[in-house]
Amino acid sequence: MTPAANTALRPQAAVQPDFGVNKVRADFPILARKIHGKPLVYLDNAATTQKPQAVVDSLIYYYTAQNSNIHRGVHTLSEEATASYEESRATVQRFLNAADPREIIFVRGATEGINLVAQTWGRANIRSGDEIVISAMEHHSNIVPWQILCEQQGANLRVAPVNDAGELLLDEFEKLLGPKTKLVAMSHVSNALGTVNPVRKIVEAARRVNARVLLDGAQAVPHMPVDVRAIDCDFYAFSGHKIYAPTGIGILYGKAELLEAMPPYQGGGDMISSVTFEKTLYNRLPYKFEAGTPHVSGAIGLGAALDYVNSVGLDRIARHEKQVLAYGTRRLLEIPGLRLVGTAKEKEGILSFVLEGIHPHDVGTILDQEGIAIRTGHHCAQPLMERFGVPATARASLALYNTVEEMDALVRGIEKVREVFA
Amino acid sequence: MAELGDLYQDIILEHSKRPRNYRTLEAANRKAEGFNPLCGDHFTVYLEIGDGQIRDISFQGSGCAISKASASMMTQAVKGKRTEEAEELFQKFHHVVTGKNGTESHDDLGKLEAFAGVSEYPVRVKCATLAWHALRAALQGEAHAVSTE
Repeated sequence: MTPAANTALRPQAAVQPDFGVNKVRADFPILARKIHGKPLVYLDNAATTQKPQAVVDSLIYYYTAQNSNIHRGVHTLSEEATASYEESRATVQRFLNAADPREIIFVRGATEGINLVAQTWGRANIRSGDEIVISAMEHHSNIVPWQILCEQQGANLRVAPVNDAGELLLDEFEKLLGPKTKLVAMSHVSNALGTVNPVRKIVEAARRVNARVLLDGAQAVPHMPVDVRAIDCDFYAFSGHKIYAPTGIGILYGKAELLEAMPPYQGGGDMISSVTFEKTLYNRLPYKFEAGTPHVSGAIGLGAALDYVNSVGLDRIARHEKQVLAYGTRRLLEIPGLRLVGTAKEKEGILSFVLEGIHPHDVGTILDQEGIAIRTGHHCAQPLMERFGVPATARASLALYNTVEEMDALVRGIEKVREVFA
Repeated sequence: MAELGDLYQDIILEHSKRPRNYRTLEAANRKAEGFNPLCGDHFTVYLEIGDGQIRDISFQGSGCAISKASASMMTQAVKGKRTEEAEELFQKFHHVVTGKNGTESHDDLGKLEAFAGVSEYPVRVKCATLAWHALRAALQGEAHAVSTE
């Protein structure tokens, strides 16, 4: 390909000096879709976000101009693809303010990141009788890997409770910490409630008992600037697809000295420096944890997504989403028989609710007929649903492209639900 | 386009609000649970079986309007039926809610025809059949909970 054509194909990150929601919406082609004849109102962003054209273009560019395997090729395409892949790693490093790109491991998603820590650091460091502390608001992905580890090592899982607003009870949490505590694993932001956890205080408390801290940041990174060095956590995991990137790519951040000491997760190509049948030497960080051909296009798409988010500005995104959340909260509370589940003071854009006498599943079906996409169910947080005495909730979750008009549409949709069940 | 009214027929809404045979059954000699982990729907179906006949049936639990109405109307439909008749009815009902009814007649389905609209909403088929799966498990004497996932 000639350099000129190459440049023409190269995607440009959208530059948005002023946050205007309509301008942002124009970057997401899917938002122009109609569902059942109505404009799509996409409020299932905590499940997955839509993708801006810049991300789609980055995938098209990679597959039309750069596709090849990375790290081992000496040919031009492989060099270009490797450069793009590693550039994305550097983008993630800057995005999280990690000290070193070697601390950024590409994984499939937050779930794989957590499982990686459980099965490498966990198997090497958790002993019989040790304790792992989580919270009552965890997603199953931050419960089950630790249950598996506890089962394997004879360790115990302790659960810090939440109050009726869905906030972590810090005093109760601190009471659970002691000499047996080896790890605290907690969500930064709850996917079912929107609660923002006081991660600095959690880390400080864990440090007092020399416990390590893993944060599940899947619901945090799309909505607020995250600085892993300021938080001082040991591990931080997130999923690309919840921050406008493709599915199948995610990030595990770990402090270099911990990652260095950890055994590999999977064996295979790329994670070795030499192999003989007698002895294999593992590759250096981060490749030790990236066995096999990685999700190259996904990593490139993640880089493009973070470039996009940076171009809009996380501070501005946060401010906009807070306005929509505040408006949506006020409007929803005007609806008779509606109860919000999750009313923390520090909260991200999640509106989890139940309607008296109407099952969330029916709410979801009727809203879909109005073009409104929400999530209904237990949101992979069954213990939390039990805590609030509901089998399920309906959940509207926000992204940077949502508007106050869409909150009005949601309210009209819920009124329709109430008419059907009147 | 599927119309909401096709799914939420009056009779379905009515049964979901005032479910019939909604209680435990003292004389039950079979019971089974139906559980849909995806949406948290959870029902227990109680049966009193004698001489191959469903002498009495009841259910309890929680779920969406479709699953609750389906359970309620199922109890009415199979009460007094022989177990093999109930099994036959399940097959016909399943065909109706999955839209595989073709040209065959379902006159004997009676009120259960109201669930034909479910076929336009594939994700809701599990709701409509949850109690039926539990009934079947109870008839077959399976003690464990059945799941539609």
